Amino acid sequence: MKPLNLISVKPNLEFIGKRTIFFAFSIVLILTSLSLFVARDLNYGIDFQGGILIEVRVDKAGKLGEMRQQLSNLGLGEVALQEFGAPTDILIRIQKQEGGEKAQQAAIDKVKQSLGPGVEYRRTEFVGPKVSEELFRDGVLAVVLAMIGILIYIWFRFEWQFGLGAIIALTHDVLSTIGIFALTGIEFNLSTVAAILTIAGYSINDTVVVYDRVRENLRKYKTLSLPELLNNSINETLSRTVMTSVTTLLALLSLYILGGEVIRGFSFAMIWGVVVGTYSSICLAVPVLLYLNVNRGTARVKSDQEVAKEISS
Amino acid sequence: MVHFSKWKISIILGIVILGLAFAAPNLLDRTTAESLPSWLPHEQVNLGLDLQGGSHLLLEVEVNSVVRERLEGMVDGIRVALRKDRIRYTGLGQRGTTVTFMVRKSTELEKARKLAEGVESNLEVLAEGNRVTVNFTEQALRDIKNAAINQSIEIVRRRIDETGTREPTIQRQGQDRILVQLPGVDDPERVKRLLGRTAKMSFHLLDHKGSMAEAMQGRIPPGSMLLPASQATADRGQAQRYLVRKRVSVGGDRLIDSQPSFDSRTGEPIVNFRFDTLGGKKFADVTRANVNRPFAVVLDGKVITAPVIREPILGGSGQISGNFTIAEAQDLALLLRAGALPAPLTILEERSVGPGLGADSIAAGKVASIIGLILVVIFMVITYGVFGVFADVALMVNMVLILGGLSLLQATLTLPGIAGIVLTIGMAVDANVLVFERIREEVRAGRTPISAIDAGYSRAITTIIDANLTTLIAALILFYFGSGPVRGFAVTLSIGIVTSMFTAIMLTRLLVVTWIRSRRVTEVPI
Repeated sequence: MKPLNLISVKPNLEFIGKRTIFFAFSIVLILTSLSLFVARDLNYGIDFQGGILIEVRVDKAGKLGEMRQQLSNLGLGEVALQEFGAPTDILIRIQKQEGGEKAQQAAIDKVKQSLGPGVEYRRTEFVGPKVSEELFRDGVLAVVLAMIGILIYIWFRFEWQFGLGAIIALTHDVLSTIGIFALTGIEFNLSTVAAILTIAGYSINDTVVVYDRVRENLRKYKTLSLPELLNNSINETLSRTVMTSVTTLLALLSLYILGGEVIRGFSFAMIWGVVVGTYSSICLAVPVLLYLNVNRGTARVKSDQEVAKEISS
Repeated sequence: MVHFSKWKISIILGIVILGLAFAAPNLLDRTTAESLPSWLPHEQVNLGLDLQGGSHLLLEVEVNSVVRERLEGMVDGIRVALRKDRIRYTGLGQRGTTVTFMVRKSTELEKARKLAEGVESNLEVLAEGNRVTVNFTEQALRDIKNAAINQSIEIVRRRIDETGTREPTIQRQGQDRILVQLPGVDDPERVKRLLGRTAKMSFHLLDHKGSMAEAMQGRIPPGSMLLPASQATADRGQAQRYLVRKRVSVGGDRLIDSQPSFDSRTGEPIVNFRFDTLGGKKFADVTRANVNRPFAVVLDGKVITAPVIREPILGGSGQISGNFTIAEAQDLALLLRAGALPAPLTILEERSVGPGLGADSIAAGKVASIIGLILVVIFMVITYGVFGVFADVALMVNMVLILGGLSLLQATLTLPGIAGIVLTIGMAVDANVLVFERIREEVRAGRTPISAIDAGYSRAITTIIDANLTTLIAALILFYFGSGPVRGFAVTLSIGIVTSMFTAIMLTRLLVVTWIRSRRVTEVPI
């Protein structure tokens, strides 16, 4: 069987030359994301704002309206019902009740009594105000610390310019992910934070691969102009970047379509993250190096002999 | 690089075989796996509550109520001591976490201070002007709280064991919290009801001399208290409130057994109880001295029943009939058997998943993983031909290693954890892709097959390590900060990163090299 070369043998696409287009696009993307975030806020799940979530399965479809009527009469404030994956599965969301943790339990009791024994309770989740505050704090802390950790690692392995470039790309990915969640109103919960951290890891992974090549070429081609060198580096690693994105997207699409309703928000965030992460590694992380005064003389790269020695040891 | 020493080959194969061995029990059903001889790997992957169904409850012990109770006890102790020594005082009471009072005569201050000190050990007593301030020492306060939490855990465990839950996890979390995980519980409401009650029971005499009418207007005789009736008793049209002596005749801590039963005459559900020797004797004394007077059974500050003592109860056992339903009688008997909680518990967080949803999640996760795997496998073969096949073999081994790793570490597999595995399927081939692309470049640069493969591996390896370590940083931070299901994601992702590095750098290379040598290829088909 003759292997297929997905990307032409030696692509020579123009990335660095079109950088202003990419920068403009990304700035618009980030500004839109931020304003969406400010204007619409995120649809926080109970993990972060507290409240009650009950998933029930009823014996036949079309009970949504009746149930909504029934539950809105309980005086529990805002009660939202929606179909969840199947017409017989209904997700009930009840806002945080006034009066601390005890009041939440009372509300769950009320709902269960009102619905009676005819329904199957597939999921009952309740997060009190104390825990939701802690989860929110931990979530923010985790994202910030992960970014700092990655920054330190890149700084340590490369030069500071690369670290800064990587963080710019990373911030871009995280902010635009928050933007897409504000736009679509998809629930933002703990697993979304997990998705964002994974996106950060994935995006940096892509960036590191291209940066590695930039570093190698900086050593190899001392006289090549920087824009040309950066463009070559992108093109040389382009087929790998695309390949890995495609395999990851194949797996994620399978998860998004087949993995069930509970995990759908997570897979959506990941798919978005892979697309935007791939874009930012190529079109942002590398071009910004032009403006960061990359030190061409001392860019430190291991020679082939060093590498060989390291591996065989 | 093309050379593999014998020991290196055996290590690689050894790891693969070990992975297979640890993953294998997952193919058996649980009972068969458990019956395997102990020298064989027999652990299966631990399923999280979101996959096997069950309840996760985070409880908070209201430790401050224990401290308050202890302070009340201290106030009583000081009052008794002061009266005994005829020291006149005013304003004795607790303020926050201290007890204070003033002595009338400043000459008695020192004596009062000494007395207060003697009430309990571990007290800090300050005397200034006429005022005496009594505190628990930091250490004592810590001890009180710790004891309350440890005792709460013990009682929670007993209550849950009584419900017959299989393999519950009950552990302390942080300062004053208890994490309860109940796999397979299908009625979390009952467990929550059982944990939501402190179940402090005590037997009191009724104050038959005091006037109920006056008490209702707030003039409660000293030494008595006005208690509401329990819901069931009040609903029966019996008294709504009772005037009860504060003095506990017999405490619930003297109970050694209690069982639900039925009244032989009325057929009504009741709870039979039995006291220990000391409790039985006390109960006999009280009932003997108070025949034809009513006494009250008080549970958590409510009167369940207040029957008249017909005759002395000498056997140390009795029954409570409080207009219970059968379920209520069962629950009350269970609570009395398990003992009272030292402090009320609050449920801070609950996540209960029914067995149906758990099974659906597993099924969906399996389908998504298999389809994802097939897609990636096909795609790799189309793109890289025979090298793609090597990468696919590595991918399969990778899956086995993740499963084996999860079983070996007894890490918990959650729904996001399955997502982590699917993600790994997509990302695990990355290391191979890096190498293969590099080999393609080297071939184009005119190298011979062996030298191209050699260079491809040695050049790609630093990139692979850099790229994977950054993802690993994110995964580890997620593990540290994440809770429950999300932590399961971090686990599978981390294991996946490590195993995919191993399979890409070691296993695929071994396959490629073996293949090249056996075929003596002159051209790299990549």
